[in-house]
Amino acid sequence: MTSQTKTRPASPARGRRFAAFAFLSPGLTYLIVLLLVPLALVLSAAFFRRGRFGGIIYEFTTENFTRLIDPLYLSVLGNSLKIAGITTLLALLIGYPTAYFIAQLPRNWKTIALVAIVLPFWTNFIIRIYAWIMLLSGPGIVNSVLGTQLELLYKDGAIVVGLLYSYLPLMVLPLYAAIERLDPQLREASANLGASAFTTFRKVTLPLTIPGVLTGCLFVFVPSFGNFVIPDLLGGGKSIMVGNLIRTQFLQARDEPFGATLTLALIAVLIVLLMVQSWAARRA
Amino acid sequence: MRRPKLLHVPFWATIVFLYLPIAVLVAMSFNAGESAYTFEGFSLKWYGELLADERVISGLVNTLIVAVSSTAIATVLGTLLAVGLARYTRSKILDAVALMPAVLPDLVLGIGLLMLFITLNQTLGHHSVILAHAVFSTAFVAAVVRTRLTGADTSLEEASRDLGAGPVTTFVKVTLPQLTPGIIAGALLAFTLSLDEFVIAFFTIGNADPTLPIVIYSMIRFGVTPEINALASILLLVSFTAVIAGQRLTKIGESRAQD
Amino acid sequence: MFRTRFTRRLPAAVAVAGLALAAAACGGGGESTSTGAEAAPSASAAQLNANADLSKQSLQVTVWDGYTPKELPDKVKQDLKVSNVKINLHDTNETAMKKLAVPGDSGIDVAFVSGQYAQALWEQGLLEPIHPELIPNLSNLYPEATQLSYDKGNKYSVPYTWGTTGICYRSDLVKAEPTSWNDILKPPAWAQKKVTMMTTERWLALPALKALGYSVNTDKDDEIAKAKELLVAAKQNLLGYDDTTFGDKLKSGEAVMVEAWDGWCPTTDPKKNIKFVVPKEGSDLWVDTMVIMKSSKNKEAAHALINYILDPKIHGWAAENINYKVPNKAAMDAVKVPEGSLLGIKPAELLNGESIRDLGEASTKYTRLSTEVQAQ
Repeated sequence: MTSQTKTRPASPARGRRFAAFAFLSPGLTYLIVLLLVPLALVLSAAFFRRGRFGGIIYEFTTENFTRLIDPLYLSVLGNSLKIAGITTLLALLIGYPTAYFIAQLPRNWKTIALVAIVLPFWTNFIIRIYAWIMLLSGPGIVNSVLGTQLELLYKDGAIVVGLLYSYLPLMVLPLYAAIERLDPQLREASANLGASAFTTFRKVTLPLTIPGVLTGCLFVFVPSFGNFVIPDLLGGGKSIMVGNLIRTQFLQARDEPFGATLTLALIAVLIVLLMVQSWAARRA
Repeated sequence: MRRPKLLHVPFWATIVFLYLPIAVLVAMSFNAGESAYTFEGFSLKWYGELLADERVISGLVNTLIVAVSSTAIATVLGTLLAVGLARYTRSKILDAVALMPAVLPDLVLGIGLLMLFITLNQTLGHHSVILAHAVFSTAFVAAVVRTRLTGADTSLEEASRDLGAGPVTTFVKVTLPQLTPGIIAGALLAFTLSLDEFVIAFFTIGNADPTLPIVIYSMIRFGVTPEINALASILLLVSFTAVIAGQRLTKIGESRAQD
Repeated sequence: MFRTRFTRRLPAAVAVAGLALAAAACGGGGESTSTGAEAAPSASAAQLNANADLSKQSLQVTVWDGYTPKELPDKVKQDLKVSNVKINLHDTNETAMKKLAVPGDSGIDVAFVSGQYAQALWEQGLLEPIHPELIPNLSNLYPEATQLSYDKGNKYSVPYTWGTTGICYRSDLVKAEPTSWNDILKPPAWAQKKVTMMTTERWLALPALKALGYSVNTDKDDEIAKAKELLVAAKQNLLGYDDTTFGDKLKSGEAVMVEAWDGWCPTTDPKKNIKFVVPKEGSDLWVDTMVIMKSSKNKEAAHALINYILDPKIHGWAAENINYKVPNKAAMDAVKVPEGSLLGIKPAELLNGESIRDLGEASTKYTRLSTEVQAQ
């Protein structure tokens, strides 16, 4: 074989196969070892037991899943769904008109407006949260400017504001892309046929931008749902999300198996959402 | 077409929402007083304190080490992967695997990698953070480079192959030069993401000296001081400059490529 | 826990490929996990050489920020002739455990952690037993400090500082001085939403357990359930949970009463309006300890470092500069107690407090408790 390949030029098909291997294997190997294997480890740990003082004991058990369906943990999952859901909804309500407005701007202004929306996203995540601690805390800026003693920090509302602040640009971008792509003639046609602006929006613009809406919602929901830093810093420990629960299991309770089970639950919720999203996108 | 006037309101409201906290943050960094809440006059003293703070300086150095190394790994792997996926396979599964780290919540990736390193009995440190960051960076580089590949004209590559050049020669002589702006954009993206990354680093850094986001996190947990504001202002300045410069660069690159 | 250590080394391939099956097979071989605390990890102490050449050893220490003198590394290098001393910082016990409770060599030789965490590390087989012959300065400790319930006889930990948990409050803002844990659990109207409690699970439970007259180490389900009820009711009157910045919240007046460790209660603040009280129902005795990691390759130097710190001149630093009581009689006798300081609390009084032990399996009950309280 070797002598043949030396003497004869490689067949195109074999060359292609070699090229496919050369291009794909380094990256895929890397992702298999450092992405798929870790995920498999999380999956497998969910079936093992915690050692008396932490660590994993490799004995098969399903008790982690029995623990998971406890109302306590389901309520935390529910609370996370609620907080991430409200955040996503608010982001959509604010993000849609903003994206719509940007899409109507002259070309140069479009770029500037988009950069302005995305710019804060490129600053340090923790620092953006810190800015809100400064604003909302008891002796904070809002209270000292208003001369009030409002309790703004350490409640669910503060968490929602923090999440919204962090992920709003992720809603605006896909919406902008979807609205930008619309053919303005469609709306004109609708208007010419006597439809009001609102009807045009409801019957033409909105349905055509649904894929963008779904992408934006997913982009905001996923990082909000799995977050633990924002509830930690803005929630004052009075409200917890599934991310906090996972972190606690790994770092405080040293209960890796149950932490892994909660991580699986988190992934499961996201997979269901992804499926709903792609189903809805196909129908739209 | 007439632009609906009312839409000004949500747009400007969004801009105020996004920039007001940042403006307050920066203003308070010039506070002469000890408190981050009440302004007591202009001073640069917190910037001085910051430069003398060893934790911050070492955090910055560690962050740069991690970001440069992980970006280097990710740029190579991501570029190859993008070409492979765009030109040599139609597999949806491979596509999904390559995109997965970009959509997976950071907490899941952080915990998975921590468990991997523990199972392999690996000591944690900057190297493990570099390996971890390269995972999501590879996905982002691959995604950015691919958008350029799918838009790119394949006739040059075909011509090169017809003239008897092997896939490697074609890649080095034809594809790579075409891809350069995409690769730079992808690398910049990976670099910026790594600079700011907190959750994955938090789980995989072990006992090594912390990166800057971890330093900031623990500073915040121990209270609010104008020194953090000063640090925040400098970081804001750096990332704003980088993003705007990046924007300019890709524009220039694009107009060159179009010429 | 040699079995945990063995199974930890289980190759990743097996763990992944075999998943449940492999697990059942491996686990089936071992006996049940009901090894009590008495079956402590095999104390396979390394043979240490009292005359080892320390200049060939270097030290890496992990400690809370500001807990040891800044010049300590340089002094240790000079006085003990070790080749290098590097200080790493952790902000909480949790972060320390994140560094230490992983297999492999963390690179750390000496770690500072609280008593029950030292116990958990020991139970996991991660600590080197203390070789008393290498630490002659152990004799400086108060006799009480060698009889702490999580580690009687200092088998694996040496106490660095100790104290108790109580209520830290603004004497100028409270309408009545607090005397009972119920003052923060059921605060009067003027204190509502101006109270913080700690969130680290065992200290979260402490006020409620003590107010009900239970042990802080109880593992009885009904007692924990009663404590939970009390904590859930208390939550609605809290400003928030806070382990790290309660002192600042008192100074700013955002809070008027907080659950606090004595050393963190800023009683020496120049305005002199912050006081500390141990509630009448009693409290804990917390101990921050020094431990030596089994993975350390510099065990002689590690012992030498602990011995060095127990020198009254060095150990007294913590009392004089950061207002922490040290369990070192010679050091405390030499310290001048500043006005307002809590250093005057005597060891005998401290020992009225119960020290928190790691409860093994039952400790998950406290994780659950804190989750239940927070999720309400």
